[in-house]
Amino acid sequence: MKVAVGLVIGLVVVLLVGNSIFFTVYEFQQVVVIQFGEPKRVIREPGLYFKLPVVQKLSTFDKRLLDYDANPEPIYTSDKKNLLVDNYARWRIIDPLLFLQTLRTLQEGQSRLDDIIFSEMRKELGQHTLSEVVAVNREALMKLVTDRSNESAKVYGIEVVDVRIKRADLPPENENAVYDRMRAERDREAKGYRSEGEEQALKIRAQTDLDASKIIAEAQEKSQILRGEGDAEALTIYAEAYQGAGKFYQFLRTLEAYEKSLGEKTVLVQPSDSEFFKYLKETP
Amino acid sequence: MPQQFDFPGGRPGQPFKFSPKMLYGIVGVLAILWLLSGIYTVEPDEQGVILRFGKLNRLAGPGLHYHLPSPIETRIVPSVTQVYRNEVGFRTIDPGPPAQYSDRPKESLMLTGDENIVDVELVVQYRVSSVTDALFKVSGLGVFESRGGLVHDACEAVLRNVIGRHPIDQVLTEGKLQIQTEISDQLQELFNLYECGLTVETVQLQTVKAPAQVDAAFKDVASAKEDRERLVNEARGYQNDIIPKARGEAEKMVKEAEAYKVERVRGAAGDAERFKTVYAQYRKAPDVTEKRMYLETMERILPKMTKYIIESDGSGGLVNILNLGKEVIR
Repeated sequence: MKVAVGLVIGLVVVLLVGNSIFFTVYEFQQVVVIQFGEPKRVIREPGLYFKLPVVQKLSTFDKRLLDYDANPEPIYTSDKKNLLVDNYARWRIIDPLLFLQTLRTLQEGQSRLDDIIFSEMRKELGQHTLSEVVAVNREALMKLVTDRSNESAKVYGIEVVDVRIKRADLPPENENAVYDRMRAERDREAKGYRSEGEEQALKIRAQTDLDASKIIAEAQEKSQILRGEGDAEALTIYAEAYQGAGKFYQFLRTLEAYEKSLGEKTVLVQPSDSEFFKYLKETP
Repeated sequence: MPQQFDFPGGRPGQPFKFSPKMLYGIVGVLAILWLLSGIYTVEPDEQGVILRFGKLNRLAGPGLHYHLPSPIETRIVPSVTQVYRNEVGFRTIDPGPPAQYSDRPKESLMLTGDENIVDVELVVQYRVSSVTDALFKVSGLGVFESRGGLVHDACEAVLRNVIGRHPIDQVLTEGKLQIQTEISDQLQELFNLYECGLTVETVQLQTVKAPAQVDAAFKDVASAKEDRERLVNEARGYQNDIIPKARGEAEKMVKEAEAYKVERVRGAAGDAERFKTVYAQYRKAPDVTEKRMYLETMERILPKMTKYIIESDGSGGLVNILNLGKEVIR
């Protein structure tokens, strides 16, 4: 009975004492051991460690990459444009002792970063135009801001790994100006397309009319030539046929002409001694 | 180490008889339970991470495993094969079907390289490639802990950075593929910088469109393009109508001319032949034939005519003719 109770009590004592002497530092932690307010040890490697009970206390910090998200702030670019910049940063505590001595808590760290990063940001962006900030070399600018912030934050045991613009938007009034400009540009583009269409259509129609006239004219030329050829050939044939029979041809053709040109409406006035009527008057 | 001495309760009113044997038994059972607490299973989608006194000791794949009981060893068993999804510019409220989304204009509206504003929605899929990095090197991942933001922040920053490098026309039309690749590359670079143990699987631009405020103007450009096509097509229609007709007409004219030529030549040949025949006859007896032909012709034409025969010596003269004319007219 006595042995059993002793065993249990002994176990409890071992556990209690063990708990106040030994402590675990996890992979993502770093610890400062403090004795009566005086930092004794900095532990950055995970594992099982021991400390003096009661007199030594632990201050544990995150070793991981931490986030910092600022509220959007208006920043003026060098071309006097107002940008609403929403940036974030990633940072970590590289010297927990320094951090503990200068800032104590993560919240304090955040607000100090706020000061550092925002001032660097404003300083840097203020030297560049809007289009440079938005388009040309945002990455280079951010690298610069990161490096400078990192330099300033070193004294707090902080490493600034990355500062990045999450959003850079124009304030509403400028936004409306951009929309107006975009509309105007698109209207211009649309007009361009329409008149381009009209231009092309007119060109096609004009070319069509020209082609059609050309086709007709060519056909006219060809048919005139054909007709001329026909006439010439006919003339040759006639000339050949009538060669040496001029007088008879004249006679024959005159008769034909009479037949064709003299009709019902013709009034013929003839002297009675004409060739045709001469027998009317005198008996032969 | 929770050690509870929980005595099995006796019946009320009957005092419990405590014996040392019982105590040994209880301690023994608790010790066994403590040792057994190290048994754990890893599901197929999970990975077991075992820490000995807080330090990474080993990784365990799917199956049944054992680790030394707490506080000596602790285990973390996160799901790792899952593909995670981050949305920028919208959120899926209900994956459906039918899926429902809500817009986040603050996220989706951004400046392009030529200082226009464009509305872009993005979906990034990623997975955990290094579970230890994801667990121990970054916070705010939102994968193994509830508080997230790193991936979303990175996606937004990279999306805006890339869109800011392209003019709006490229963003809206042919540049999409290139933009996706750039986003994917830059995001992976950022993940590597943060050592967060994530790998970008896919980057997909969802809707990319002009903002609602200027949408009508952009649509008008599209319809203007169609108008251009229409005008050109109409003109081509005119062309297709006119040219064949002209060709037909030309053909007709030429054929007519050819017909004229043939007619003319044949006519001439016929006339010539006839003339030759008649002339041959005529030459046999010219005077008689001439007379005969003359009279025959007169015979044919005179009956139709109105004829006046006047004295050849001129008596009566012109007046008679005029009177006669009146008579005729009356």
